[in-house]
Amino acid sequence: MRYATTKMTAALLAASFLSGPVLAAGTHPTTGEALADDQTFTYRVLDEHSSVDPQIVEDVSGAEIVRDLFEGLYNQDEDGNLVPGVALSHEVSDDKLTYTFKLRDNAKWSNGEPVTANDFVFAWKRAVNPETASPYAWYMELMSIANGADIIAGEKPVDELGVKAVDDLTLEVTLSQPLPYFPQMVTHSTTFPSPEAVIAEHGADWTKPGNIVSNGAYILTEHVLNERSVRERNEMYWDNENTILDKVVAVVINDENQALTRYMAGELDRTEVPAGQFPRLKEENPDEAINFPRLCNYYYTFNLSDGGPEAFKDVRVRKALAYAVDRNVIVENVLQGGQFPAYTFTPGATAGFEVPEVDYANWSQAERDEKAKELLAEAGYGPDNPLSFDMLYNTSEAHKKIATVMSQMWKQKLGVEATLNNMEWKTFLDVRGKQDFELARGAWCGDYNEASTFLDLVTSPSGYNDGKYSNATVDELMTGARTAENPQENYTQVEMTLAEEMPVIPVYHYAGVYMLNDQLKNWPINNVEQNWYSKNLYKVAE
Amino acid sequence: MLNFILRRVLVAIPTILVLIIFSFLLMHSAPGGPFTSERPLPPEVMANIEAKYGLDQPLWKQMYDYVIGIVTQFDFGPSFRYKDRSVNDIIAQGFPVTLTYGSIAFVVAVVSGVTLGAVAALRQNTWLDYFAVGVSIGAQVLPNFVMAPLLVLVFTLYLGWLPGGGWEGGQIQFIILPVIALATSYMASIARITRSSMLEVLRSNFIRTAKAKGLPSRKIILGHALKPSLLPVISYLGPAFVAMITGSVIIDVYFSTGGIGQLFVNSALNRDYSTIMGITILTGVLTISFNTLVDILYAWIDPKIRY
Repeated sequence: MRYATTKMTAALLAASFLSGPVLAAGTHPTTGEALADDQTFTYRVLDEHSSVDPQIVEDVSGAEIVRDLFEGLYNQDEDGNLVPGVALSHEVSDDKLTYTFKLRDNAKWSNGEPVTANDFVFAWKRAVNPETASPYAWYMELMSIANGADIIAGEKPVDELGVKAVDDLTLEVTLSQPLPYFPQMVTHSTTFPSPEAVIAEHGADWTKPGNIVSNGAYILTEHVLNERSVRERNEMYWDNENTILDKVVAVVINDENQALTRYMAGELDRTEVPAGQFPRLKEENPDEAINFPRLCNYYYTFNLSDGGPEAFKDVRVRKALAYAVDRNVIVENVLQGGQFPAYTFTPGATAGFEVPEVDYANWSQAERDEKAKELLAEAGYGPDNPLSFDMLYNTSEAHKKIATVMSQMWKQKLGVEATLNNMEWKTFLDVRGKQDFELARGAWCGDYNEASTFLDLVTSPSGYNDGKYSNATVDELMTGARTAENPQENYTQVEMTLAEEMPVIPVYHYAGVYMLNDQLKNWPINNVEQNWYSKNLYKVAE
Repeated sequence: MLNFILRRVLVAIPTILVLIIFSFLLMHSAPGGPFTSERPLPPEVMANIEAKYGLDQPLWKQMYDYVIGIVTQFDFGPSFRYKDRSVNDIIAQGFPVTLTYGSIAFVVAVVSGVTLGAVAALRQNTWLDYFAVGVSIGAQVLPNFVMAPLLVLVFTLYLGWLPGGGWEGGQIQFIILPVIALATSYMASIARITRSSMLEVLRSNFIRTAKAKGLPSRKIILGHALKPSLLPVISYLGPAFVAMITGSVIIDVYFSTGGIGQLFVNSALNRDYSTIMGITILTGVLTISFNTLVDILYAWIDPKIRY
């Protein structure tokens, strides 16, 4: 009997060592915390993702999945710093136009094939190929890869893209102009490798569970549209031994209050906190309600195009409106989730960005109000000649609250009549894009962690500059920043100019506000882009 | 009768065509397009995408190609939004879900609604009647967008008996709450229609005659009163059934079922032209089919009706 038990225990032990990762039920290799038996992470997404094809995906929730399924040249760590992915290191030529990446030799696709430099060459050419019609082809343009823009425009053959495999483990990229943040850009899903043979075999169906072959820490095992998608451990991943979470489930729940209820019922490990509910949740569940800065801004833009209202062409009017908005009220009483009052366009959380000392940021609200009244009176608006305009935002409870508060502030302090006007998202984008508005809401989340991702928006050629603000000095400064040793000076000057000319009213900078299961550890709250990787997360035992 | 069915099918074809043309035009007249996004695409990127999806063609050509694709290959095209999927795929996955919970909810609503209504009519002005009317009014004033979160709050959060959402291939515990949330308001309507129509029938001459000749009331109710009093109910049930099996956006949104009700609304918001068309056509065909079925049922129930 005793013999039998021992033998069985030994067999069980052996089985558990052989069958799966050693870490699944045990302790964390570095922290020594006891790990939960069930290493499944379930989180809520607002909307179904558009695709899990690295070169096609265009939304945040899709990119989150793609970052788990595929691995690019570099990854980000918990603080957003670059760490090796498929590439171990890179060298830059003296003219800063050629980047040579050294790839690791143990990276594998989930079908066991090695990941080579050719997989990247294939993927990058695929991204710019007009036949692929990638909505993120512009990202490759932004990366300034030689000939990229011409290929997208159909003026050069795809083969002329400035990327080549010197050998299986060496990737060489040629740029059309120096780009200091080029290495940061290869953490984006558009640049991830894709498996040529599998795409050739399955065509458009290659991303379906069962067909898909990927090189990241997870593989897609299930996907039900608008319900959920499931990704599970990829045993072939080079760092599989150190991956702790076995399974990650994304559940589509459109309604954020419903998602919160399901979180409370223990069905989810993570969900967003609806506006205004954070203080209550923090009090009830101090370990689970978390907030942290994000790389996004929220603003209102004046229509400065020829068709825009005459009143807004007067900088005094723009300044008066910007000054009279009490951002602390919006952040502390409306949103209540730890957002930051904004006086600059670029969030303070942006890497390497030093928030310039714009004058009105340091005034008290009473001073700002005083100044606003003066400026508006100088501009010729007052009780006899009241200023009135239309304020456009896309339909949403939170936007409505903010617009209401802002219009009330203007009414009370300045006697200004702002009429609220909301539109469904696509109509809103269409109307704003055609400059068919007076004052419109805008928001932007950085594509990469550098101030130019924001400040490029106020340059004349930017496609997102819906207010049509145009200042030759700003354009020059931003072009200069691309190649400058220290672009901060340019950014400071641009922000100063914005505060002086006020083409937009910065309102606040975002915070991520989550309910997060306190068993789930290592959530990268310091990664302002919120580029998280499931392979770095783990669940501790209760 | 065969003649009638044939005629209905022949009328259905131009009806569907008109439906396609109208939806197509309506959809394309909405501001923005499937590829309007927060970051406007550079013109050359947009051109590539439009070429891929045929959006660079004139509208009549797009519509013509679309109809031909459906007629010759039963191909509803690729989804403009869910780029890993075709519309055929999407409907094949979503429709069984709504069909399942919709049919069950339908059966629940009909059985409970007719019973409630009949009992109320037969025991008019007794506590049973008041109770039944009370229940049906209660159900009516609790529309599914109130029912759904309420059910989840009670059965998921407080009691912990049932999951608050998901489908998981249609396991029973995932079906219960959507069915209750969907069925209640339909049940209420069916109960009210049954009650009033039954009251009317019970007061009619032929029932009085049946009573006068001394038939037992069980026989009067089941043999004479029930069938005619169901006529208005049946005309209500045709469209109701279609509405239930093509899904409710509220149910899909609250319970994350992955059904086509939510998809319909989302694809309209996303300007996912091909998906909207696919679901519109599906709903159209189902509506026409079930209206025809209702007409046939009418003839069977009421011998006075002849086609």
